[in-house]
Amino acid sequence: MNLLLEMFTYPFILRAFVVGILVSLCAALLGVSLVLKRYSMIGDGLSHVSFGALAVALACGWAPLPVSIPVVILAALGLLRLTERSRIGADAAIAVVSASALAIGVIVTSLTTGMTTDVDSYMFGSILAMDRSDVVLSVGLCAAVLLLFVLCYHRLFAITFDESFSRATGVKVDWYNTLLSVLTALTIVLGMRMMGAMLISSLVIFPALTAMRLLRSFRGVVLCSGVLGVVCFCLGLTGSYLFSTPVGATVVLVDLAAFLCAWALGSLSRRQRS
Amino acid sequence: MDHQILLSCRDVSLGYEGQPIWEHLDFQVCAGDYVCIVGENGSGKSTLLKSLLGLLKPLHGSITMAPSLASGAIGYLPQQTRAQRDFPATVYEVVLSGFLNGKKHRFFYSSAEKSRALMNLGKLGVLELKDRCYRELSGGQQQRVLLARALCAAGELLILDEPVTGLDPAAAQDLYRTLQYLNEKEGVAIVMVTHDIQNALHYATAILHAGHGRWFWGSTADYLVSPYGKRFGGDGR
Repeated sequence: MNLLLEMFTYPFILRAFVVGILVSLCAALLGVSLVLKRYSMIGDGLSHVSFGALAVALACGWAPLPVSIPVVILAALGLLRLTERSRIGADAAIAVVSASALAIGVIVTSLTTGMTTDVDSYMFGSILAMDRSDVVLSVGLCAAVLLLFVLCYHRLFAITFDESFSRATGVKVDWYNTLLSVLTALTIVLGMRMMGAMLISSLVIFPALTAMRLLRSFRGVVLCSGVLGVVCFCLGLTGSYLFSTPVGATVVLVDLAAFLCAWALGSLSRRQRS
Repeated sequence: MDHQILLSCRDVSLGYEGQPIWEHLDFQVCAGDYVCIVGENGSGKSTLLKSLLGLLKPLHGSITMAPSLASGAIGYLPQQTRAQRDFPATVYEVVLSGFLNGKKHRFFYSSAEKSRALMNLGKLGVLELKDRCYRELSGGQQQRVLLARALCAAGELLILDEPVTGLDPAAAQDLYRTLQYLNEKEGVAIVMVTHDIQNALHYATAILHAGHGRWFWGSTADYLVSPYGKRFGGDGR
């Protein structure tokens, strides 16, 4: 218990908690829509692009966020177009983009600074990465995402459930899709230095998948996903402090454990009903 | 009132990038009509559907809707996507989403809308499924739920895109009977794109046949004796 209290006396851990909670909440909410629209891979692609951008920024000595935010937003818009245009080729296209971005990042770093601890922390995350600007940005981002979900909840449901019907009834589907992918891009850029480029997409995908196992209404899934995202992150961060394990990987394992529990519960209750 | 025109196409040409697929198309859908749009794949059925829904501007001519149907109040039943089949949402949530349209911004559904949603579920005989999860329903039940949603959007005209695709024969017949009920008893006009020519001929009052640049529009009886009907409809019935 003392150990837990002691944890909060470190300002960097406090910052990690604040940014992490806000980012996981955003990721979990956006994740419901992305997973149901079969856009999960976009999150993964974006994190790789984000790694490439950070590596280039590091090599050139630029500040990481001002470089990577616009690059990743552009990538998000591009990937969205790709996914909409060619339904079949989309997953392959995303794989191509993410592998290329990763390769660029790796080549640039090996030609300049070499594989430093900085690069390693971009790949697998570091609890030390958060500073004041991250806190400010994540508060803003979280406010935007919450506002979107509160004000436009019914529309988000409609476009997630059935794009053709929503389009026919005059909802600006493309506008909402763009907004969703820009917000996802921002979430990923903010979260990836803590969670790691390889692991950040789990924040988007896991809570939604777990919530879908447990609940059967859209409202329930959205709320449950948000709560799960935050709870799993807190448990993961605490666990990483207690056992001195990397944050990103610990959070992912907690998410996985929650998913497996939900899966078992879900199939149990299904067996009971039938 | 009986023959109020709901939808009319006047000298309409449709197509992409200036290349017309349909030319000089003229037809009207009145209250109580049952229209089937038939034709081979790639003959322009979905292009026509898109422009009826207002998603594609005609190259020429005009498509006008009755004032009650303007502003996005279209009862549309799209083809189901794979993602939808295992969507976690209750039937009630799905049906209520029919009341959204592009014009108004809203946070809640009114109680009048909620009771209309329940009424429409009742009309389609799926009221008892209200709190069930959409992904646990059979294909036929899912189609009924989507029909109820379409009725929430517009009670006078339904536009359906291959509604029986993927249904087993019994469920398909069930759906046809439901549509017939809505058409005859509730006075809902129906415009349906379909490949199921036998049932189209059986239920429809008028047929629009799409055939690579040319088209036929007329009553079902006229269609059967036209060159299109003879070739495409086989012997008819």
